[in-house]
Amino acid sequence: MIKEIEEKKIIMSTFVYMTRCDGCGHCVDICPSDIMHIDENIRRAKNIEPNFCWECYSCVKACPNHAIDVRGYADFAPMGHSVRVRREEEKGTISWKIKFRNGTEKNFVSPITTKPWGKFIPKLAEGEKIKQGELSSQRLYTEPEGLNIDGELPSVPKESFKKGVYY
Amino acid sequence: MRQGTGVETKKIVCVEKANIDRSGAVAQGLYAINCYMGMQWGENQPEDHVRYARNDLMGMVREDLGYDMARHVDSTVHMFDEWGLPMMKNEETGRYLREGKWQIMIHGESYKPIVAEAAKKSADKIYNRIMVTHLLMDESQENRIGGAVGFNMRTGDFHVFRAKAVIVAAGGASHIFKPRAVGEGMGRTWYAPWSNGSAYALPIAAGAKMTQMENRIVLCRFKDGYGPVGAYFLHLKTYTQNANGENYEKKWYDQTKELVGEYIDHHPTPTCLRNHAFIQEVAAGGGPIHMVTTEAFQDPHLETVGWENFLGMTVGQAVVWASQNIDPKYTNPELTTSEPYVMGSHATCSGAWVSGPEDLSPPEYFWGYNRMLTIDGLFGAGDTVGGSAHKFSSGSFTEGRLAAKAAVKYIEDKKAEGIKVSDKQCEEFKTAVYKPLENYTVARNEITGGTVSPSYISPIQGLQRLQKIMDEYVGGITSNYMTNGNMLKRGLELLDWLQEDLEHVGAEDYHQLMRAWELKHRALTSQCVTEHTLFREETRWPGYYYRGDHMKLDDENWHCLTVSRRDPKTGKFSMEKVPVYHIVDENEKKKAS
Repeated sequence: MIKEIEEKKIIMSTFVYMTRCDGCGHCVDICPSDIMHIDENIRRAKNIEPNFCWECYSCVKACPNHAIDVRGYADFAPMGHSVRVRREEEKGTISWKIKFRNGTEKNFVSPITTKPWGKFIPKLAEGEKIKQGELSSQRLYTEPEGLNIDGELPSVPKESFKKGVYY
Repeated sequence: MRQGTGVETKKIVCVEKANIDRSGAVAQGLYAINCYMGMQWGENQPEDHVRYARNDLMGMVREDLGYDMARHVDSTVHMFDEWGLPMMKNEETGRYLREGKWQIMIHGESYKPIVAEAAKKSADKIYNRIMVTHLLMDESQENRIGGAVGFNMRTGDFHVFRAKAVIVAAGGASHIFKPRAVGEGMGRTWYAPWSNGSAYALPIAAGAKMTQMENRIVLCRFKDGYGPVGAYFLHLKTYTQNANGENYEKKWYDQTKELVGEYIDHHPTPTCLRNHAFIQEVAAGGGPIHMVTTEAFQDPHLETVGWENFLGMTVGQAVVWASQNIDPKYTNPELTTSEPYVMGSHATCSGAWVSGPEDLSPPEYFWGYNRMLTIDGLFGAGDTVGGSAHKFSSGSFTEGRLAAKAAVKYIEDKKAEGIKVSDKQCEEFKTAVYKPLENYTVARNEITGGTVSPSYISPIQGLQRLQKIMDEYVGGITSNYMTNGNMLKRGLELLDWLQEDLEHVGAEDYHQLMRAWELKHRALTSQCVTEHTLFREETRWPGYYYRGDHMKLDDENWHCLTVSRRDPKTGKFSMEKVPVYHIVDENEKKKAS
């Protein structure tokens, strides 16, 4: 299958620019579909199975050299477009540049976090210990306080249950 | 989950098919959290959500599971907020910004890495790049879990995880029905191509009961990119029309009423019935159907929301529009209905038959531990759990919390003592796991080259055969979602042969070995889906699929849940009906929009 793709020179949904890739493997490490692999001959990354690519951009975002880009699926995307991205954890932002086939450009910037990256994610394993009897209660960690409501977790009296159609 | 006061320390490992930072359906982010009650502001209560999900699924949900998820989901979302997930706020009220009654809007590009960070800090160990192929069973006590096995798709190492309790939180199934794009673009499915039905195949193979597997979902989405429509409908207030600029949905009201009766009068209109109108309109020649965006997009803020909605969760749709010069400010984009998917967290509820919580579940729905399957010590969350629709990302995470707590209690209650998993059991699985490599290695030398072998089929060849069977016989796009008893029986015969041939699937490397096992999981899921579809002799969800031999909804005979079990020894499925309990009354039904 892989060899067949190479032989037919099918172009890929994500692809890697030869002169920018240094073979660091960040894309290989992150790809949810396991399709970014290092080519043993050229020692650079490539998409080995474009038909299992979701265009999720995980590899594009992870590439420190901006060596990976996306060319929309050949099945339905005319050529000559681009959607580029720069994700910056230090700034807490993600920036997009969309270029249409006809040259129209659109730019967007969104936050990716409200706090310094990762710093306020607690080590839950070291959180408050479970109290006597709580294992048998319906409450979860942080509850009921974490629901921000007055009183207890809601429930329904079993006497009111009805079987089958009634509406 | 380390416990104090007499609760012993537990070791928790998380086994992940990809890299936990960007795995699963949330890999590229989400622009909304689709399930948030807002109980703190009195916006919704759990019973409102039960009414909503029940209505959308044409009456068929596990209300105990839905209520349970809904009463806890807010505390999950509040944790995400604390961890730094950017929640949009309503400037006037200071509350989370509502997209719709249930949805809140987020800048969620990094939703997955943020949640993964919490997992990495809490689990004892995360194993990435391991494809879990089978569950291990205890040999000292019948029907009790003993762990799981799998292989590392990079190193090829075989891994045995012996465990007192196992929570399956894998993905539902894309790519069991032939997708609309079949070339390079086949990967641009609505649900991620790496969601390969392990959520179902693992428990099915172990002999766990499943429910509502016939309840596959078809999505109405922007064409080819499958970009989501939720924010467009609910927040941007865009709307659909046919090629002549008509509101086509009302044209099909009388015809739909013939099929489903008063369900068509429910508010909001169930998702499947809206699909039904779309499908009928296109079949009648009224296509293409467009989303009218040119009005809303004149507002620069709404235009930004519309684009960022895709960039935050379905970048491929932005790529399609850029490539086809579709600027929704000036052009109304086209919509389509997708191929069917099987999953348990969206407007559908396929999955395992699990116990509910003690305080909410009638006797038929309760056997000791919340979210425990019909195998002792085996728990589920998210897509794995059947009957609890409309939980989405936040509700699926909440189910993980519920399952984790119940699993700890199960162990504390000494239910996992004396588990025996022999080396023999592990060795047998190991041999089975690597067989596709052997198939290829041995038979490859039989032929000069190419992909055609008389002795093996490749994973992609097997996948395309599966998709063709499901598409043509089980209600895919080719037949416009139509099937019937005879078609389903023929489909089952063809699936049986496919199962036999999958003993001869050949994998040339560890990556293809992973594809081979994904395919095996998809095939087993598909058999279960087909058996369920054959069993339910009615058309409960027109717009998701049609039983041509039973075109009408039949509350008299089929207002029930379907439950199956595959005997692991014989491979045969048995089916049963289980009552639907309505634990919430119908008050204010019409407000549940």
